[in-house]
Amino acid sequence: MVETIIVPLIQIVMVIVAVLVTVMYIVLLERKVQAWVQVRLGPMRVGYHGILQPLADVLKLFIKEDITPARADTWVFTAAPLIALVPALIAFAVIPFGKGMTLFGVTVPGHIADINVGLLYIVAVGSIGIYGIILGGWSSNSKYPLLASLRSSAQLISYEIAVTMTLVTVIMLSGTLSMVGIVNAQAERGWWFAFLQPVAFFIFFVGGLAETNRAPFDMPEAEQELVGGFHTEYSGMRFAFFFLAEYANMIVISSVATTVFFGGWLPPFPNVEFLSFLDVVPGWAWFMLKTFLVLYVFLWVRATLPRYRYDQLMRLGWKWLIPLAILNVVVTGFIKVLV
Amino acid sequence: MGEAVAFYLAAALILGFAVLVITARSTVHSVMFLVLNFLSVAGLYVLLSAQFLAVIQVLVYAGGIVVLYLFVVMLVSLKRSAEAHSDPKRLGRLGVVLSVAVLAEFVAIAAYGWATPAAVGPGLQASNVEQLGRALYMDYLIPFEVASMLLLVAMIGAIVLAKREL
Amino acid sequence: MITPTHYLALSAALFMIGAIGVLTRRNIIIILMSIELMLNAVNINFVVFSHQIQNVVGQVFAVFVICVAAAEAAVGLAIILAFYRNKETVNIDDMTLLRW
Repeated sequence: MVETIIVPLIQIVMVIVAVLVTVMYIVLLERKVQAWVQVRLGPMRVGYHGILQPLADVLKLFIKEDITPARADTWVFTAAPLIALVPALIAFAVIPFGKGMTLFGVTVPGHIADINVGLLYIVAVGSIGIYGIILGGWSSNSKYPLLASLRSSAQLISYEIAVTMTLVTVIMLSGTLSMVGIVNAQAERGWWFAFLQPVAFFIFFVGGLAETNRAPFDMPEAEQELVGGFHTEYSGMRFAFFFLAEYANMIVISSVATTVFFGGWLPPFPNVEFLSFLDVVPGWAWFMLKTFLVLYVFLWVRATLPRYRYDQLMRLGWKWLIPLAILNVVVTGFIKVLV
Repeated sequence: MGEAVAFYLAAALILGFAVLVITARSTVHSVMFLVLNFLSVAGLYVLLSAQFLAVIQVLVYAGGIVVLYLFVVMLVSLKRSAEAHSDPKRLGRLGVVLSVAVLAEFVAIAAYGWATPAAVGPGLQASNVEQLGRALYMDYLIPFEVASMLLLVAMIGAIVLAKREL
Repeated sequence: MITPTHYLALSAALFMIGAIGVLTRRNIIIILMSIELMLNAVNINFVVFSHQIQNVVGQVFAVFVICVAAAEAAVGLAIILAFYRNKETVNIDDMTLLRW
């Protein structure tokens, strides 16, 4: 009873709080990183070097006036941010954060749930998140959000195919769809899958940038393009939810990349005896470090690369990434059979 | 007992959302209720230990096909036209026919249930994904290849039909 | 005690709701969605029997049904779009071009 209900409940609360706090500080980190790249300082006033800036942001968003456009579909208008946010949060249910431990005689696993189709669950849940964007743009009853939401959702469903194909190669290597099984497969092989499948990791990363509407693929929501994109008409808490959803999606993509390509909670070179002194660092610390590094590359890319035009973006997804991903699957299949 | 609660909850959601699909005033609301219906059906599949099929239902049906419906609904509902029933008596006649059909079907199901009182078996063992994969790629390989050709033809057909100029 | 009869009754009810949708609504997109409801009812039947006889072939067929439903939705919606561009209507009472 304790193990089946109370432990997962506590884990769920911890994960949601951790994700929300991380989202707030990723926003601050993004502003700081962009500022340092542009040789300026970023937020400095609130707290020491701006460390309390996220609290100020949250407070501002809470007390802003909630405007609903006239003749907007109120139910759908209110539900769209939630439809965008919930899939981003429930994807964390299958990600293994650590090896698990035994606390007061109760086994606490390193994950909330280990389902035998874990990786496919994350992809499926991600494809439900698209509805938040489509409905948000449509229910605003306004031209620019509608156009931007249609563009953005077309971009998302295009890059979803390339991302799923790269995950197929990982499944071929690990033999199981369960996330815990994938981490264990990397432990057995002694090599992280990023070294065995560099092309797949590259396609996954680029596809992840496009899936989360991040630069250089953020045409549908860039301010110079279609006003604010699909969240133009949203203000206050509802805008905060969209914002949260985008950054939570970023964290999901980083966590999945870490688990699937970088060995999850394993230390580097897990089977090498020489490096076994690294085992003193707990699994979840390695996981957080690797996820943070992938997130940092997300922010770095945003500060560095110019934006793709929309037709260039779609051409890249359909004509380059998908054939490359399929070629990767075929080559991996050949090598697995012949070697 | 837990299974009964889950089944009745899933069944109530499925039938409730299905009724809302066909009776909602706005087409976009109908599409949203369809998505919720599909998610409830996926929950029912998990109850029947078909986990892979449940995730495929969410990924392909709810996350792909209904997005397509939503796009088309948004593109064609820019002018709203009132729905008119051309023949009001038609509904009455239709209702009688359908009720007879429904009654006959339920009687047949109940009779089947009395004749074969077998309880639900323990379900499929071993990994559901592995079994499905073996069946698809070994026993049913030819239908699988034909299905992929079907999808290719449907994709080409949809592109050709929906283009503005060829 | 949930027997397969419960599941069959559920799928019969879902099929009937889909059939009512096809026969009574005038908007062709709602008609297509009701057809999807009917296909889902059939899928539920397949999965229930697959569970009962402990053979995965029911789920294999359900996968094929989903595949065919996807193809049918794509082509059907393309036809609706082409028709809408010509006639500006999605009311099925106005789609009488093939009647003599």
